Amino acid sequence: MAVFKHPQILIASNLADGEVVFLGQSGWERDHCRARVAQNAEEAAALEAAGKRDVSANRVVDVYLADVEIGRDGAPTPLHYRERMRVKGPSVRLDLGKQQLPGSAA
Amino acid sequence: MTAVDLRVAQRPNAPVTTYRYDEYDAAFVRERVAEFREQVLRRLSGALTEEEFRPFRLMNGLYLQLHAYMLRVAIPYGTLTARQMRRLADIADRWDKGYGHFTTRQNLQYNWPKLVDTPDILEALADVEMHAIQTSGNCIRNVTADHFAGVAPDEIEDPRPTAEFLRQWSSLHPEFSFLPRKFKIAVTGAEHDRAAIMVHDVGLRILRNERGEIGYQVVVGGGLGRSPFVGKVVGDFVPREDLLAFLEAIMRVYNRFGRRDNKYKARIKILIHEKGIDEIRAAVEAEFAAMDRSVFSHDPAEFERIASFFAPPPYETLPETSSALRTAKLETPAFANFVDVNVSAHKIPGYAIVTVSLKPIGGIPGDATSEQMRVLADASERFGFGEMRVSHEQNIILPHVKQDDLFALWRLLEPAGLATANAGLVSDIISCPGLDYCSLATARSIPIAQAISKRFADMSRQRRIGKLGIKISGCINACGHHHVGAIGILGLEKKGQESYQITLGGDPTFSASIGEILGPGVTADQVPDVIEHLVDFYLAEREEGEAFIDTWRRIGHVRFKDVLRREGEDGADI
Repeated sequence: MAVFKHPQILIASNLADGEVVFLGQSGWERDHCRARVAQNAEEAAALEAAGKRDVSANRVVDVYLADVEIGRDGAPTPLHYRERMRVKGPSVRLDLGKQQLPGSAA
Repeated sequence: MTAVDLRVAQRPNAPVTTYRYDEYDAAFVRERVAEFREQVLRRLSGALTEEEFRPFRLMNGLYLQLHAYMLRVAIPYGTLTARQMRRLADIADRWDKGYGHFTTRQNLQYNWPKLVDTPDILEALADVEMHAIQTSGNCIRNVTADHFAGVAPDEIEDPRPTAEFLRQWSSLHPEFSFLPRKFKIAVTGAEHDRAAIMVHDVGLRILRNERGEIGYQVVVGGGLGRSPFVGKVVGDFVPREDLLAFLEAIMRVYNRFGRRDNKYKARIKILIHEKGIDEIRAAVEAEFAAMDRSVFSHDPAEFERIASFFAPPPYETLPETSSALRTAKLETPAFANFVDVNVSAHKIPGYAIVTVSLKPIGGIPGDATSEQMRVLADASERFGFGEMRVSHEQNIILPHVKQDDLFALWRLLEPAGLATANAGLVSDIISCPGLDYCSLATARSIPIAQAISKRFADMSRQRRIGKLGIKISGCINACGHHHVGAIGILGLEKKGQESYQITLGGDPTFSASIGEILGPGVTADQVPDVIEHLVDFYLAEREEGEAFIDTWRRIGHVRFKDVLRREGEDGADI
């Protein structure tokens, strides 16, 4: 198991439409602000296990944990610029992706 | 089944200038769509795991990218009809987000298709004789060609019949469906290489010998990616009747000796590099001599049948030059600039080749909205026999425009944002999608292209600089061809940040060379400054009529490195 350094969320792609999704308290969420945040290695392992189950159940693909930091509002923000891109959408088309949704925190 | 509401112009009287499917082609593509529809259903039901399904979706051009699936549509040798372009626009509107991205391999990518919709999209493509087969995977990919094919004054022979011949030979070829790695072929029939054949796995150059016979110089082992190489000649003059057998021999040697233990060493360029071209040439010649060549024997009637699809359209007999064009240029300076930069000489008197730039200042290289696609389709029908080409520089070519019609064409293109007069200039930047879309990318490339484009927004300055190829890749896979940019930019990750490595001296033509690294990587913000310093230095040093690459070759890489070092010491922070 990788060394746990930062809080983590579980990211995947929805099988049917390919949209980026995040494992939340009661299923997969399309808004990363609703992602369940693992605060330690055990919680991260639980997230991963849930992700693997949903890969087997053909709900999602390409599942992995991403390091995040927690903002004052409690929302997780990925530490790496690649995942920051995934929670928003293309930086060159702000009218596309999650960032264009009404009320988006991205 | 017809998957979309047809809004295509049926033009039974349109001249045939492109290959048309026969019954076999049409049935084959329809069968593949039906097969993939079934595979998608099995995936969604769980009958197929992702591991089992992935090869099937890749064989049909469907990737999973950073934000969504991505569908890569094949545009064989970059040739498109108006009807096909309209269908691409319709698909963008109905199943994607109203635009498409033309790629450096003359294909088109949709960035937002849903898996569940993909069979319908493929069905809609099949309606207009298009597909996404072999745009991914370890097979022979879409064969590319000179985008001025059939109309260039410097052409020995139109490369498209050869490219189509190779497409048919390589499609679903059982020996080549599971190669060690992907395999890319490009063909040119001209004296100037516009197809970058020296940096393909196999590059073909059509030649005519002293007896007037057509043959092919065969170059093998070129490629970009993490290990860039310029290809080497494996056959000086392969007669047309031997071409398929010769290529079959190359593929067999590659299939037999190419490495499969390490994907980074599996391309044929690595085999050539490790074994040496002499050993590979001997192996190819031995295979060629030993093989049963009867099954690959040239069928002149079939070649002529294919070539007949690419017959010239019914050109009018016109004067060499157009007085209407001269007058319009005098009266409208912006149009004059467009003609001077984006219009190329045509082999037929009174006609011109028009490059429609998909690189507006500050825009996304290669992107076209569905409305722009429809304008292009209209333009091609009104002014160019309904035919277009996609260039590997990510622009659209109208190959048969009367000089008399150029002004009317420009007036149609201009309000659609399709009249940027920068073909080949510093803002005509090749760029891969980079980290804005691609899951393999290590850095963004599009914003870098946009920033450079804006820095050189002054079009008169661009014209003063002249032809200058800047190419940007967002990772070492080099889809943006940065290795062969006169100025190349490679986006990497350095200590958790995007970092850009700059190379100089790349050349994608017959005099091909791989660019040399300028120095340590710079940040995204610094890139436009660095490029501007390099361009200013070039302008100060160049001799009359000298291109950037020629100045660089004459005065040497070190001089360019020195100027940046001096600028850095002066506080320019680069």
